[in-house]
Amino acid sequence: MSDLAIEREIDRTKMSVSDEVAIQITGMNKWYGQFHVLRDINLTVNRGERIVIAGPSGSGKSTMIRCLNALEEHQEGQIIVDGTELTSDLKNIDKIRSEVGMCFQHFNLFPHLTILENCTLAPIWVRKMPKKEAEDLAMHFLEKVKIPDQANKYPGMLSGGQQQRVAIARSLCMKPRIMLFDEPTSALDPEMIKEVLDTMIELAEEGMTMLCVTHEMGFARQVANRVIFMADGQIVEQNEPEEFFNNPQSDRTKQFLSQILGH
Amino acid sequence: MTDQTTNSIAFVADGNIPQSPPPARETGVVKWMRENLFSSWANSLLTIVAGLVIYMVLSGALPWMWNGVWTTSSLSECREVLAGEVGGCFSVLSERWNQLLFGFQYPQDQYWRPTLAFVLLFIAGAPVLFFDLPRKMLAFTAVYPFLAFYLIWGGTIMAPIVAFLGMGAAAFVFQTYGKGSFALGFFGAIVAAFAVWIIGGALIPEGASETAMLQAVPSRDLGGFMLNLMLGVTCVSLSVPLGIALALGRQSDMPLIKWICIIFIEFVRGVPLITLLFVASVMLSYFFPPDSTVDLFLRVVIMITMFSAAYIAEVIRGGLAALPKGQYEAADSLGLDYPQAMRLIILPQALKISIPGIVNVAVGLFKDTTLVSVISMFDLVGMIRGPILASTEWAGVYWELLGAAAILFFIVCYGISQYSQWLERRLATDHR
Ligand SMILES: Nc1ncnc2c1ncn2[C@@H]1O[C@H](COP(=O)(O)OP(=O)(O)OP(=O)(O)O)[C@@H](O)[C@H]1O
Ligand SMILES: [Mg+2]
Repeated sequence: MSDLAIEREIDRTKMSVSDEVAIQITGMNKWYGQFHVLRDINLTVNRGERIVIAGPSGSGKSTMIRCLNALEEHQEGQIIVDGTELTSDLKNIDKIRSEVGMCFQHFNLFPHLTILENCTLAPIWVRKMPKKEAEDLAMHFLEKVKIPDQANKYPGMLSGGQQQRVAIARSLCMKPRIMLFDEPTSALDPEMIKEVLDTMIELAEEGMTMLCVTHEMGFARQVANRVIFMADGQIVEQNEPEEFFNNPQSDRTKQFLSQILGH
Repeated sequence: MTDQTTNSIAFVADGNIPQSPPPARETGVVKWMRENLFSSWANSLLTIVAGLVIYMVLSGALPWMWNGVWTTSSLSECREVLAGEVGGCFSVLSERWNQLLFGFQYPQDQYWRPTLAFVLLFIAGAPVLFFDLPRKMLAFTAVYPFLAFYLIWGGTIMAPIVAFLGMGAAAFVFQTYGKGSFALGFFGAIVAAFAVWIIGGALIPEGASETAMLQAVPSRDLGGFMLNLMLGVTCVSLSVPLGIALALGRQSDMPLIKWICIIFIEFVRGVPLITLLFVASVMLSYFFPPDSTVDLFLRVVIMITMFSAAYIAEVIRGGLAALPKGQYEAADSLGLDYPQAMRLIILPQALKISIPGIVNVAVGLFKDTTLVSVISMFDLVGMIRGPILASTEWAGVYWELLGAAAILFFIVCYGISQYSQWLERRLATDHR
């Protein structure tokens, strides 16, 4: 919730948005039984965009980004990720999943594997990479998220913030072109939130395409180039962060912002 | 504190006071007893009652064991030696030991064969049970079933070789085609195995068993504790994989597979094992081709395996249900396909949770192998109830024989239980 101060100057040189389309959602609808969770979602994400998705609880934010790597099935409309259309074809699904990284609220590390094994698993089995090479790659990304010294521990021995950074490293080991985050910091204490956000900012600085469901408005303000506001399964409003926060258009948005900014 | 240290120090001890021993009521046995046995009047009462019970049991059992006779050759002779005193006739054990272990029909000069198979079992089982051992040892594990079969049953060496080749062909087909499509690999493997077995079986010359290097021993000649161990080891090692398959099938999205698994599990669990064994002994032959004589041992193995697989499937289903949904999602989001996700992520964790339950079923299964005595197979209990107690020499020696059977079973079951506890400790990685 807090407007977490991000102390560092953010290097925006590489954070340019290209014209190339990374994700295109057109007319997507989804139901849980009778319940219409997602209504007529249209969204285009260009390569290099950092998008923050905000909205009240139950508005369908998680459901929407989980549709992007087929963790949830959509019933109507078209989703094209990285040039591949998401259909029920398992080949397409596996292809998209290996191009799209995802981080969850509860980290979902594999507790029976060491940190290093968590990171090397997918490269070895999905990318068929030799073990040695996968380990070098994993160590590279563990260094990047600043926990190479924990490589041989098990996830249960790490703090929440460290676990989430491992989860990010684990996704990065698949060299994804798009990263999805579903409330990556909302299970963490304030100091740990900062270390995870720092990691995400670094990713953004390197030009990663990111979709991030979060309540960290400080992060949205400084890193996002577009904020999407969802309510009742619809995209109610989207805008650049400055405009979004200073000049919200709809009443729903105003109400939400007044609540989340705590005044 | 600060006041005292900075000024007005009136007295300072200039040496250590030597340690004196603690009073007797604070040390050793007395202290331990006071704290653990007599801490309250209720506790004291329980201690005294328990002491009395222990005394009564031991005062009966110890002289019986101590005075036991080990060297006579019949019960009446043993009674003479005892001359009215309390004592056990353990000579039935020393005289009939081989029968208790191997049954009464296994050729005596061939006892070394099952014994060797038993010793090799430890080498074959080690890399499976203790997975820190070098993986190369698994090669021996793969050969072991066929080797043990050859050692115990003897006959022509062609039979186990053909069986091995069939399994090899199945593994090869699965390796090559299973990657593309699981169903193709799976059914292809079954077809390949049967093809090799049928062709191989036809190639074995008639009467090869009579001239074989190792004398052929038919299944009905197997018996004693050996039979219990054989049934236990075979059925446990078959029912764990079958149970895993059933548990996964029960969760499957494919309705046909799901319903087959549910019906199988519910049906088999709803029928007493003894009924299944009777079916095995008299009726199962209807299900096999008319001219094939499927071995009784094999029929019993099928029934016990089905029975315990159904239980193990339910235990594993509990383990699968206990896993957070996030584990499946994380595996999916990394792009692992279904077999990979199951093998690398889901099953290792679900099986770990299921260890106590699986061991429970395994121990129960091992003890249930004694039920085969009711379909006239002479396992350890069958040997005791049948040939030994029915003999003129040893009619009426119950305690010694059944006590020995209990001890033999206890040793194995306790071993299994200790192993499972070691395994749980070894696998404990989540320090939450
Ligand atoms: N498996 C499901 N079956 C039925 N309804 C579901 C299921 N999953 C989610 N829902 C419903 O769909 C709606 C959207 O859920 P979703 O998890 O996407 O919300 P959210 O915006 O992520 O909320 P939060 O901020 O609390 O995470 C909610 O009303 C929820 O109750
Ligand atoms: Mg959510």
